[in-house]
Amino acid sequence: MQKNVLEYLEQTVHRVPDKIAYANEEIGLTFKEVYEQSRAIGTCLNDKELYKEPIVVFMGKHPATIVTFYGVIYSGNYYVPIDEEMPRHRIELIFQSLNPKAVICNSDTLDVIKTFDYKGLVFSYEDMIKTSVRDDIIRDIRNKQIDTDPIYIVFTSGSTGVPKGVIACHRSVIDYIESLSEVLKFNEETVFGNQTPLYVDACLKELYPTLKFGATTYLIPKNLFMFPLQLVEFLNKYQINTVCWVVSALTMISAFGALDKETPKYLHTIAFGSEVFPIKQFKLWKKHLPNARFVNLYGPTEATGMSCYYEVNRDFEPNEAIPIGRPFNNTEIILLDENRQIPKQGEAGEICIRGTSLTLGYYKNFEKTNEVFIQNPLNNKYPELIYCTGDLGKYNDRGELIFISRKDNQIKHMGHRIELGEIEAAVHTISEVKSACCIFDEIKKKIVLYYVGDITTANIALKLKEKLPRYMVPNVIEALDTMPLTSNGKVNRVLLKEKYNNK
Amino acid sequence: MEQIIKILSELHPDVDFETCDTLIDDKIIDSFDIVTIISELCDEFDITIPVEEIIPKNFNSAKALHAMVERLIEEE
Repeated sequence: MQKNVLEYLEQTVHRVPDKIAYANEEIGLTFKEVYEQSRAIGTCLNDKELYKEPIVVFMGKHPATIVTFYGVIYSGNYYVPIDEEMPRHRIELIFQSLNPKAVICNSDTLDVIKTFDYKGLVFSYEDMIKTSVRDDIIRDIRNKQIDTDPIYIVFTSGSTGVPKGVIACHRSVIDYIESLSEVLKFNEETVFGNQTPLYVDACLKELYPTLKFGATTYLIPKNLFMFPLQLVEFLNKYQINTVCWVVSALTMISAFGALDKETPKYLHTIAFGSEVFPIKQFKLWKKHLPNARFVNLYGPTEATGMSCYYEVNRDFEPNEAIPIGRPFNNTEIILLDENRQIPKQGEAGEICIRGTSLTLGYYKNFEKTNEVFIQNPLNNKYPELIYCTGDLGKYNDRGELIFISRKDNQIKHMGHRIELGEIEAAVHTISEVKSACCIFDEIKKKIVLYYVGDITTANIALKLKEKLPRYMVPNVIEALDTMPLTSNGKVNRVLLKEKYNNK
Repeated sequence: MEQIIKILSELHPDVDFETCDTLIDDKIIDSFDIVTIISELCDEFDITIPVEEIIPKNFNSAKALHAMVERLIEEE
């Protein structure tokens, strides 16, 4: 029985040692190199007696970063990816929450880490991979590990202003990779074009199937997602046949007519998710790639990657939403109404998830974990956890699951999951601000900030860029003389939305 | 030119678009901004921006955007 994600690598490296596993435009690492380097990193971490600790990987989007993840897993620790593009304030919050004993940098970030108030060990990737591999040590670590031991923490937006660390284990990742691969039919010929950052769980879709099948993943430079023709040229140059992208990356290509000029002719599998795919744009893709498979994916980070899928196999009206379909094998979706009962057919309920794919919860936050990972209310006979997503869904007449909306103020923007409360909390840390409220323009997909305070919009923008990741900085910022309030003294979001819509 | 500066400033009130000529190189604008800028330029000047024009050098500064818009207006 497979108990460790690295067994994928250990089987594949014998079969295709010299094939490229992960590459960017400059370099490619073969499976043999991935295997040797990650075990060297594992040996090196073990030398410092680090075990079952969060190890921060502070490197950019690069094949070496992926190898470092696996090195951390070889050592029996778990990796926490931090991107060099994250704002300082967010990195500080994450460090506070983790209190890590070790950080792995590369030559680009070694100087950056010195500017943080961090006293633990600092490793450099370039040095670590020179360590002589100790097979006996690697074997001992493996022998004492079990499949519910953690492998990573990724941070997701938190409504109070502090990001939450979601911690996942071997078992949940293996379950996800097996089910996902079955649906998307990956194999050794698969060539992935990775779009999502390495610090979110979305990249699991490329990272682990590459190991499982001996496939190849190209990391696409972020910059290319601004320039549609260059992006399609990249896909063709590297003969990329499979993409798992956020919808906005796909519509960027179709909306500007890039498909009319150049077809991504090798693409046969297109998975998308995190947002609603506008039907008009979807049809453009379908028209240019009539033989490709299009699969909508849905799922929260808390249930490891994705939980549901829908392969598009019929036409949709322009105002229709593509279903999120049905759960992966070995996952069950339970809809629950306000009384935690199953709603009538066709009525809305909260989407709750049951299955091995559930992550372990939020790191060092039992309170938050217990709020959303709860005993299955339909089972009073033995302990059984389900995860409550906070998403509302219903079944259509065909028995397909449809996403309706959020229960709270969480939004999806550029494929990222964002709590408007986290943005507001960041605005409130600016001393001149008296009051602030964020709303989301669903149509134009803009985050709109209203605030009251003696500070210019330009200075607000400047300060927020230091505190928030780029995708969370409001797209429209407006000053108000007073904040509209409801009768019980809360900010009147409805009125603000009306004001914005009437503009 | 004024209209272009206005569109850009609404996206990033903290940036001096009169002088900055490294909007792409220094990652000042991102893919969301590009989409917004294109849609607003098309509305404002009643033009369509062909995909061949959506390349880094046309978006690196307000001046470059202005030159592209002028050229497209002339061609129409």
